[in-house]
Amino acid sequence: MFEYAPAPESRSVVEIKPSYGLFVDGKFVEPADGGSFKSVNPATEEVLAEIAEAGSGDVDRAVRAARTAYEKVWSPMPGRDRAKYLYRIARIIQERSRELAVLESLDNGKPIKESRDVDLPLVAAHFFYYAGWADKLQHAGFGADPKPLGVAAQVIPWNFPLLMLAWKIAPALAAGNTVVLKPAETTPLTALLFAEICQQADLPPGVVNIVTGAGETGRALVEHPGVDKVAFTGSTEVGRAIARSVAGTRKKLTLELGGKAANIVFDDAPVDQAVEGIVNGIFFNQGHVCCAGSRLLVQESVADRVLESLKRRMAQLRLGDPLDKNTDIGAINSAAQLARIRELSDAGSAEGAERWSPPCELPERGFWFAPTIFTGVTQAHRIAREEIFGPVLSVLTFRTPAEAVEKANNTPYGLSAGIWTDKGSRILWMADRLRAGVVWANTFNKFDPTSPFGGYKESGYGREGGRHGLEAYLNV
Amino acid sequence: MRRLPAMTATATSARSDLSELGRSETALRTFLHGLPGVDQVGAEQRAAQLGTRSIKTTAKAQAIDLAIRMVDLTTLEGADTPGKVRALAAKALRPDPADPSCPHVGAVCVYPAMVPYVAEVLRGSAVHLASVATAFPSGQAPLEVKLADTRAAVAAGADEIDMVINRGAFLAGRYQEVYDEIVATKEACGDAHLKVILETGELATYDNVRRASWLAMLAGGDFIKTSTGKVPVAATPPVTLVMLEAVRDFRAATGRQVGVKPAGGIRTTKDAIKYLVMVNETVGPDWLDPDWFRFGASSLLNDLLMQRTKLTTGVYAGPDYFTLD
Amino acid sequence: MSERVAVRKTYKLYIGGKFPRSESGRSYLVQDANVSLASRKDARDAVVAARAAVKGWAGATAYNRGQILYRVAEMLEGRREQFVALGATADEVDAAIDRWVWYAGWSDKLAQVYGGANPVAGPYFNLSAPEPTGVVAVVAPERPALLGLVSVIAPAIVSGNTVVVAASPAEPLAAITLAEVLATSDLPGGVVNVLTGRIGETAPTLAAHMDVNAVDLTGVADAELAAELEVKAAENLKRVLRPAPADHDWFADPGVTRMTALLETKTVWHPKGV
Repeated sequence: MFEYAPAPESRSVVEIKPSYGLFVDGKFVEPADGGSFKSVNPATEEVLAEIAEAGSGDVDRAVRAARTAYEKVWSPMPGRDRAKYLYRIARIIQERSRELAVLESLDNGKPIKESRDVDLPLVAAHFFYYAGWADKLQHAGFGADPKPLGVAAQVIPWNFPLLMLAWKIAPALAAGNTVVLKPAETTPLTALLFAEICQQADLPPGVVNIVTGAGETGRALVEHPGVDKVAFTGSTEVGRAIARSVAGTRKKLTLELGGKAANIVFDDAPVDQAVEGIVNGIFFNQGHVCCAGSRLLVQESVADRVLESLKRRMAQLRLGDPLDKNTDIGAINSAAQLARIRELSDAGSAEGAERWSPPCELPERGFWFAPTIFTGVTQAHRIAREEIFGPVLSVLTFRTPAEAVEKANNTPYGLSAGIWTDKGSRILWMADRLRAGVVWANTFNKFDPTSPFGGYKESGYGREGGRHGLEAYLNV
Repeated sequence: MRRLPAMTATATSARSDLSELGRSETALRTFLHGLPGVDQVGAEQRAAQLGTRSIKTTAKAQAIDLAIRMVDLTTLEGADTPGKVRALAAKALRPDPADPSCPHVGAVCVYPAMVPYVAEVLRGSAVHLASVATAFPSGQAPLEVKLADTRAAVAAGADEIDMVINRGAFLAGRYQEVYDEIVATKEACGDAHLKVILETGELATYDNVRRASWLAMLAGGDFIKTSTGKVPVAATPPVTLVMLEAVRDFRAATGRQVGVKPAGGIRTTKDAIKYLVMVNETVGPDWLDPDWFRFGASSLLNDLLMQRTKLTTGVYAGPDYFTLD
Repeated sequence: MSERVAVRKTYKLYIGGKFPRSESGRSYLVQDANVSLASRKDARDAVVAARAAVKGWAGATAYNRGQILYRVAEMLEGRREQFVALGATADEVDAAIDRWVWYAGWSDKLAQVYGGANPVAGPYFNLSAPEPTGVVAVVAPERPALLGLVSVIAPAIVSGNTVVVAASPAEPLAAITLAEVLATSDLPGGVVNVLTGRIGETAPTLAAHMDVNAVDLTGVADAELAAELEVKAAENLKRVLRPAPADHDWFADPGVTRMTALLETKTVWHPKGV
């Protein structure tokens, strides 16, 4: 036997303060009328820091700071100078990437190998990409002189805290908007470190404001009459509420919401890579991924073989300390999310699907869920319809390409889909028919700042990334 | 009770189906081209991911000793002499004369002409004696010459034969010819183990690597080996990954376990450990044994020894402290 | 010789390529004609027809869609007098015809202008292409009845969407006459469905309908109603085009935003390897 010894990444690269204020107008300030809450390490339940909770007065202050910065500094600034600030931020992120990665894993519970090799490189790349647009907006295909919208209210989720921040802030600033961003209440720390990076970059005060808090803070922000643009990534349920709340206003809205993606494996698939793609599709980031391949649709003729390979592969997944460099599956982000995953998994069992997990020892403290698959799932099961947002895969079978398309599309969501086959023409035929914003063929969960990302139907509207991502922040 | 014989019969017939494949070019082609494809990007990414495992302290010590035991200490030079190969054999027996706890290597690998000299040194030890044969490295000789080469090496004391496949025939799609050569060589080996070198650097695609692996296994090879070390591209992690998947699937299909030997280009402990991680997570502990996994290497051994010393003494060693044989 | 007695036209709804009366049997009097007063059920039937037409229309080649939109312009050209007789100015009819021609040419250019290759940092082919969003419910502008209607229908359908349009309640005759043009232009039935009657009756049904993908509130003059419709649309996250300002110039260059607002971008990845 070959047992890997613990290989923990050092915590000492990051210094966490006992408490954090709000980042308004370039400074950390105490909340005027809010309280505070704690951010915990989901792997240990240890309290990491005390975080200010922004009330509506604080949100108002932040929006006013953003407005002033928009009018006086940021929108009049030549694009080439906005670009330089964004390049500066990108560089600082690269330089401090180890620190940010460790902090992300501590606060979020995701494995360090993912925060180090996926999140942080993409964060820096995103700022680099949009930095380059800041002085080229007239060439972006939105007319000769596209204008920014003004103040953007941005609310982001806890699954990729810093990456979602980058997806929101980089295009907004490149287009000439200023922002007030609310990170998720369970993962505020990297956003607050990002605020320090803004200071380090000498970004003019008020261009980026970070208000921490939970749902009420978010509501105060998106409903604030002084914002011109609302961008939200999170659950479809909250997205719906936001869409209602901006009804009848001038606010432009983009939403990145839930998903229930089908990962479709044909009998001629490159099977070893397909199995990797299935594993990556659902167990990457503990399945806390809106575009996760949470429904495996496997052609009946190869279902047994694929499942056998999948189970063998799942037995190799290493669950545990997120800071261990060999950890594949980290902690579930919160007790509430763990409860939701348990509830839906129990429903899967209750509805008659067969549940399987590899032998997997869960740590005593913290929030953990073993990688799980359900076989014998039908379209009618809750676990085939509802987003679980955890390491739980529902396996269904199909016989023909048309049946695969029909099942894949049979959901109110439409964010992503996967296709595995060696036949090129079938890939293109399938891709044409799948109602999803991102189609990964013979790969899965790939992201790039140049590649537009976003959903059809109830997965939201608007695209982030690429030239398309600018549209959300321009008056077009 | 009554169903048991029937089930056994089914299993046996499934296996005999595969053994029938070698009787017809068409059957071989149909089978090999029916194997699942390999997506290059995906395979390379998986190999790279496995390469990011962090193997430290006790795990590293364990891995280094295992890797030493898996080394096929190799010299395949026109300039090899009896003196050179004797020294190499001595090193194989006691890689670190200063430390008796250091294990011996898996085998010594030389040209057939050098086999008698190595055999003298290794006699009575557990270190195997491997010889390349079959007109290594090109394989471009008449079959009779290749078989004679093989018989001579075995007669001189080799208990492992590293043959090369006919890549020209393989790439031209003459699978039957390749198959028949392997079968004939296996026969010429007698009791010696046969390692089949695919020369993956010349096979161009991972699909071909997978097909060649299966072809070699179907024809009776005991090991499949990546490379001769004589062409620009030798062993790589993704090629080895594809071969490991092949031996895993072959055992599942036939019940017979086949070994894997990446050879050429593996020079550092770090590289060797990446391969061990790959073995561990692709085929599991059954293959983590010198009987089932080998490294074809020469300079790798000294790096393993240096790292081993570092772990036991806490001090980084230098090349001057290890023998250059 | 007595004067010939004219044959009057019955103005009905246009649903699924047919001209049914309202299932409610109701009508209202406009410009001396009895016009169908569409019910909620008519609106639902129209959505069913529009949904059924999506597969064929979105799946048609862009060239084919462009040809059909151009055919609409040709048919409209031949009927210009008819629209003038209904009260449209000659300028408006000209502009409406030219608008069909303008949009017709967009069908096979949208994907080139709004899609393209993305240079991702890895060994992948990555292509983004626009696709129609699906079924679009449209409230047409009150006036100009013809040009306004054409200006909201054409940008929706050119990319492959199908529409259910609530025509101007005050001037519905142009809408039904346009439907006759569409019905004779090789446009598949169900791609455009026209409801006449009260906006307050049909629009809420359409905005709340869970099988509608987008709502275009261009013609909703009442801000309160517009907000209410937007709230209903949020239920299944419909794409929403907000009302046009009252002073919107329908004769001006329409720009591309009406088309792009009703598109989805699909991005396909594939590894590059041997």
